[in-house]
Amino acid sequence: MTEESKAEKFLELFNKGKEFTEELLRENQRLRYRLAASETEQKPAPDEVQKLRDQIVHLTEENKRIHERFSAIEEENKDFANRYIEIEEQNNNLANLYVASYQLHSTLDFREVIQIVQEIVINLIGAEAFAILLLDEKTNELKTIASEGEDVMPNIDQISIRLGDGVMGQVAKTGESYYVNQDIDGDSGSVSIDKPQAAVPLKIKEHVIGLIAIYKLLQQKDSFSAVDYELFSLLAAHAATAIFSSKLYSQSERKLNTIQSFLDLLTTTS
Amino acid sequence: MENANFLVVEDSPTMRQLISFSLKRFKNAKIIEAVDGVDALKKLSGPDKIDLILTDINMPVMDGLKLVSLVRQNAQLKNIPIIIITTEGAEEDRERGLALGANAYISKPIQSSHLIKTISELLAV
Repeated sequence: MTEESKAEKFLELFNKGKEFTEELLRENQRLRYRLAASETEQKPAPDEVQKLRDQIVHLTEENKRIHERFSAIEEENKDFANRYIEIEEQNNNLANLYVASYQLHSTLDFREVIQIVQEIVINLIGAEAFAILLLDEKTNELKTIASEGEDVMPNIDQISIRLGDGVMGQVAKTGESYYVNQDIDGDSGSVSIDKPQAAVPLKIKEHVIGLIAIYKLLQQKDSFSAVDYELFSLLAAHAATAIFSSKLYSQSERKLNTIQSFLDLLTTTS
Repeated sequence: MENANFLVVEDSPTMRQLISFSLKRFKNAKIIEAVDGVDALKKLSGPDKIDLILTDINMPVMDGLKLVSLVRQNAQLKNIPIIIITTEGAEEDRERGLALGANAYISKPIQSSHLIKTISELLAV
């Protein structure tokens, strides 16, 4: 190949390269133009952007508010659920109290009233070992008139305590209930014949006629609950009235019989 | 559950009244009371179809466990749900009662809401 044909070939190659480069440049220009055009097309107006931003802020705030309201309602719901449980419990206690007082005042027979008090202490209070003591106002002594659970607390049926002596004597004297877990002398665990787990006075207004002493609760009942204290006191008040009324009634019945016998005797002798 | 007939077997009038009081939450419930197992069997053979029996354990004449076992042996009565309500709270007592065929065992003192829930579950089956 001569020098001339080499130059021609090179020129031809160069021209092809030039054409290709020019074409590339044109294509580049065209693409830049299209890019610029599409960017202009897609770019929202500045006020629209601001509007969208405001909307985002508004929705975020609303979302926060809804979350807060949801939490508040959830809390309120929990409160209602707890209140419902409380009301159920109160309802239960009222039913217990209603039935107990109804039964207690359904008879004037002293033994029957005592039997009902025992049933109430076992079934409603949940006691396994307990004693019902009445105060003899002549001797100022508290004596067992009915009891349950001699196997748990021996001699429970023979308690005799002077008014003012020990825990039970104090309960009868002051008219204040006693519960071992409220004891402040640090000796809260021990239960003995003269120191029961609970002692509730049987009183009519301020006049104490006796007390109910609980020595052991049923196996399934661990301790007294807050509502038990109230229920126990209310039941004791009803029991006191029922015991007192039936005692008065049986005394008046006895007196009536004596007078009747005396009158019969007078009639027959005259 | 509406119009259910309940048989309450209890020797204590206080407990009978208390249980009956709780059962009044069921609309148009009919409550039939029995004082012991023998009395309960008489009531079970009476004209009222009993839907559920609630029985104490410690009763004179015939106790609740004997009643449960006799009901379960009787072809006509064996499917009646039975709930034992008792002061006996030991686990072995519970197991014994359930083994004899009671459907539920509730220890005294009873909570009315618990009793209602147990009955509703048994009668919904």
